[in-house]
Amino acid sequence: MYVATKGGERAIENAHAWLAEERRGDPDVAELGLEQIQQQLSLAVTRVMAEGSLYDPDLAALAIKQARGDLIEAIFLIRAYRTTLPRFGLTNPVETADMACDRRISATFKDAPGGQVLGPTFDYTHRLLDFKLAADGDVPDAPRADPRMEPTPHITTFLQREDIIQPEPGSDETPGDLTREPMAFPADRDIRLQSLARGDEGFLLGMAYSTQRGYARTHAFVGELRIGKVPVEMEIPELGFAIEIGEIDLTECETINQFNGSKTQPPQFTRGYGLVFGQSERKAIAVALVDRALRWRELGEDNLGAPAQDEEFVLSHCDNIQATGFLEHIKLPHYVDFQAELELVRKLRRETMGDPQEAAE
Amino acid sequence: MENPGEPVDPARKTWMSLLATAPGARLLQLWQAYGGQPDFNWLRPPEIGGVMVRGRMGGTGAPFNLGEMTVTRCSVVLNDGTVGHGYVQGRDKPRAQAAAVIDALMQTSAAPAVRRAILEPLTTARQASRQDRAAKAAATKVEFFTMVRGED
Repeated sequence: MYVATKGGERAIENAHAWLAEERRGDPDVAELGLEQIQQQLSLAVTRVMAEGSLYDPDLAALAIKQARGDLIEAIFLIRAYRTTLPRFGLTNPVETADMACDRRISATFKDAPGGQVLGPTFDYTHRLLDFKLAADGDVPDAPRADPRMEPTPHITTFLQREDIIQPEPGSDETPGDLTREPMAFPADRDIRLQSLARGDEGFLLGMAYSTQRGYARTHAFVGELRIGKVPVEMEIPELGFAIEIGEIDLTECETINQFNGSKTQPPQFTRGYGLVFGQSERKAIAVALVDRALRWRELGEDNLGAPAQDEEFVLSHCDNIQATGFLEHIKLPHYVDFQAELELVRKLRRETMGDPQEAAE
Repeated sequence: MENPGEPVDPARKTWMSLLATAPGARLLQLWQAYGGQPDFNWLRPPEIGGVMVRGRMGGTGAPFNLGEMTVTRCSVVLNDGTVGHGYVQGRDKPRAQAAAVIDALMQTSAAPAVRRAILEPLTTARQASRQDRAAKAAATKVEFFTMVRGED
């Protein structure tokens, strides 16, 4: 039972006024502009877009500023805004084969056509704090080389020719949408990939790591990891044809996993797939590993009872907004619930501690 | 739907795509500098909404919903009856308006002037920016060399 109580309005108002002051910090320090957040904290911006499930760098920067850098709070703001938007339609599936790659690496083929392109990576840095950044300084221009403008082929297409990797049959079926229909289990792979794409990076990292440590062992090679811009096309009803309505940064990871042979099927590599808004390779690799672990049923593998194989467990807990909403609600007033518990425990104590008068009642 | 089954107009598709992704400040600057802004009426005033972006499983397989992106759209009609549509990425009503009026003008005798003043500079800037990013990426391409070790 819920009993409404009133009160606390002034305290709440004052708390929010103080929050605004704390958010601003010392007024002698220059205020942070949204362009600065967008340009200089761009990976925080892409994380908020990915988990907020709305690609809009301006809004993500605003959310980060408003949330004082608390990214889950910022994601919450974006999710709330997202629900106010009328939906204009569905885009054509993005063609990641056409990506203008900033980065493209393969851990399986050294001499892949298009090459190993490192891009602006943290890899191979020494992870030593760079005190030069504490003092502001000019950044020297990054070197340029002869640009390669043609599309970079996917690594898996080479394996596909040999039929040595499981195919990804294309279709034009309209995929399920968990923002429109509540999730039901077992969930198909389209719903799983949508859920993982907006799932919490930390949670998915932990899940993916568990598969590497032996819980649902699906030894994965990173067949390919690519980051870059892809055009987004949508059919425009007024025109009767598709135009490009935007361009977004994506990170895509394709894993190549252990053989899967059976009585009827020759041994063949299997695949895991991760596609995420923005530059976020940790998340894309994690999604690919978890996607692969969740495919045990369709690939005829054993359910080892590993957490990463349990889609209800993974998909029901990877959404950090659902999780934080439920987790944090327990700090809100539960005075009446607690009062009932208190009465009960007092009564039980009286009974077990043998207050004869009470026990007789 | 006004004209379903309309064949694809490749030129129109190209300029509308260019306008959709053009940096807002640059587009408005070129539009203001163009100077020949015609009168128009709204068929659909600018509205902000979302579209669901889809991906493909494994990059080539069946589609799935990846997440949404913001889009602003509007439609205008010029005094001579020419209809223009504006679809631009993000939340930017002035940019959507400019895109719709430019789309309309591109179907009139003003097309060559608009192309010269607005579309060509946007195309050049877009190509230059893509080329520059690709050049930086190319500079990070690994050149392998093999070290022979030990005796055989």
